[in-house]
Amino acid sequence: MLNYAVKRLGLAVAIVSLAMFLLFCMIYLVPGDPASVALGPRATDAMKEALRIKMGLDQPIWVQFWHFFTGAWTGDLGEEVLSGRPVLDVVLEQLPFTLVLIAGGISWSVALGIPLGCWAAINRGSFADRLVGVLSVAVIAVPSFVIAIYALLIFAVTLQWLPAIGAGEPGDPGDQLVHLILPSLAVGLGWVGYIARMVRASMLEVLEASHIRTARAFGLPENMITYRYALTIAILPTITLLGVGIGQMLSSAVFAEIVFARPGVGKLVYDAILTRNFPVVTGAVLVTTVIFVLLNLVADLIVGALDPRVRSSF
Amino acid sequence: MSEAASNPPAATARSSELWRSLRRLLREPLGLFGLGLVLLVIFGAIFADFLTQWDPTRINPRDRFLGPSGEHLMGTDQLGRDLFSRVLHGGRIALYVALVSTAVSLAIGIVLGLIAGYGPRWLDNLMILLFDAMKSFPTVMLALALVTIMGPSLTAVMVVVVLVNVPGYARIVRTQTIAIKSSEFVTAAQSMGASTTRILGVHIMPNVIGPLVILASMDIPVVIAIEAGMSFLGLGVRPPTPSWGSILNDGFAQIRETPWIAIAGGVPIIITTLGFTFLGETLRDVFDPRLKGR
Repeated sequence: MLNYAVKRLGLAVAIVSLAMFLLFCMIYLVPGDPASVALGPRATDAMKEALRIKMGLDQPIWVQFWHFFTGAWTGDLGEEVLSGRPVLDVVLEQLPFTLVLIAGGISWSVALGIPLGCWAAINRGSFADRLVGVLSVAVIAVPSFVIAIYALLIFAVTLQWLPAIGAGEPGDPGDQLVHLILPSLAVGLGWVGYIARMVRASMLEVLEASHIRTARAFGLPENMITYRYALTIAILPTITLLGVGIGQMLSSAVFAEIVFARPGVGKLVYDAILTRNFPVVTGAVLVTTVIFVLLNLVADLIVGALDPRVRSSF
Repeated sequence: MSEAASNPPAATARSSELWRSLRRLLREPLGLFGLGLVLLVIFGAIFADFLTQWDPTRINPRDRFLGPSGEHLMGTDQLGRDLFSRVLHGGRIALYVALVSTAVSLAIGIVLGLIAGYGPRWLDNLMILLFDAMKSFPTVMLALALVTIMGPSLTAVMVVVVLVNVPGYARIVRTQTIAIKSSEFVTAAQSMGASTTRILGVHIMPNVIGPLVILASMDIPVVIAIEAGMSFLGLGVRPPTPSWGSILNDGFAQIRETPWIAIAGGVPIIITTLGFTFLGETLRDVFDPRLKGR
């Protein structure tokens, strides 16, 4: 297990390093001068030159890369253009809002997806099974920002059941929870489909397994077989899926934050683009990428700990 | 003598197999429904100029915020432009982006995948690492970062789509290439002195392209969502060009007063993504049951 964990961790470090390199290439090799972008069209040449020197853009490219790379690994992501605050602080300040939103999305997708998948697997081939199948595909297909806007239109504007904007009063968990319902639904609805399909497929596989047949032969109650002996195993692939899922929910969260005017990393980056706050954009991209890679790592390690076959094939 | 005539039984078997698959597709209600939706969108995009008399970009201040009526089927937006016309023309943008960027992603993905699968081991490992690193950026974050540098444009949208799609396609081609490269007909070609280009192009590529095209067709709704999403954020298609995403953005700004604008922008996105997804799922099950569940 330790061997596997070390190898997998090494891979994660390599991926993050390469992702930093790619991001650096994107920033500096794609046409467009970051200094002009940051200062806008009305900046004088002298102002651009001053910022270029401040950002280190006058140095040779490998020196720039080395600064960017070592800085990024030690948590120095540069400074915000306007206030001069460290970018990492700015990003970490907004991160909890986004993480709460994603946790809400996961709650929706697990709470709806696992029972639906189970139900479809038990009633295999029935109308209910087909219906769950079609609905799963449908919610996966429709983009989350369309779901966000229609949810806003239906539940907040027309029915006025739930609040439309903001994250709720600070220090009032009840209010914050009410503000979380719609945005997290928009983030998690697509994943209800993925999880339902995944749970259904692995349930069908597990229900054929010999230990389930043995349990039946012993005359255990059907409910106990389904939920205690089959579901606990069938749920394992869902963990890996969620590792990937959180990364994609991060994308949906950007839209949900903008549509519902919630604070968070997505809103931060969006506003940073509008105000040409360039270091914040790169900083936020790096932080979210690292989180994504870490989550995949954790998911793989959990599955590796539970399933020896994964460890040996790596 | 043509190749088909020299080998008639195989050719007939192949075309009848295709016919059987198509007939099975038409028997699946969900596939048929998806095909119907897709054809509806394509029809609307092609014949946009005949289906409505309104110019999608003509500003008409006196007709601002008109609700749906016989004259304006979906109403008008904040500049008095006819929404039905904008929705139909927006379909052209969506389909154009989907087709061009999927084709480019496929081409790049195939080349990179063949190199990784057939090349030396160290290159393979390096490229796998590169694909994993590219995939580790959350899509929207990648899009936002890229637009910051390139500025909002249709090209930026397509670059994002290619960067998102290529790693997945290349990985599939690589796996298939590795599986095929040690098979007998490839060894035979090698021993007859065929060049690497010939082996890759003539012997390996035709065997990997089928499943890849099906998977790529299933990615079309994702591509359409990326275009609409970036245009919704104001980072894609530039105004006044109509795009479903920018209509949705116009509607979002006025969602309390004039909800029909947001509805007009969202419905075509839902129809198109559902249509392509239902069609793609059915196509995959009919043509290649091995891919089921991917």
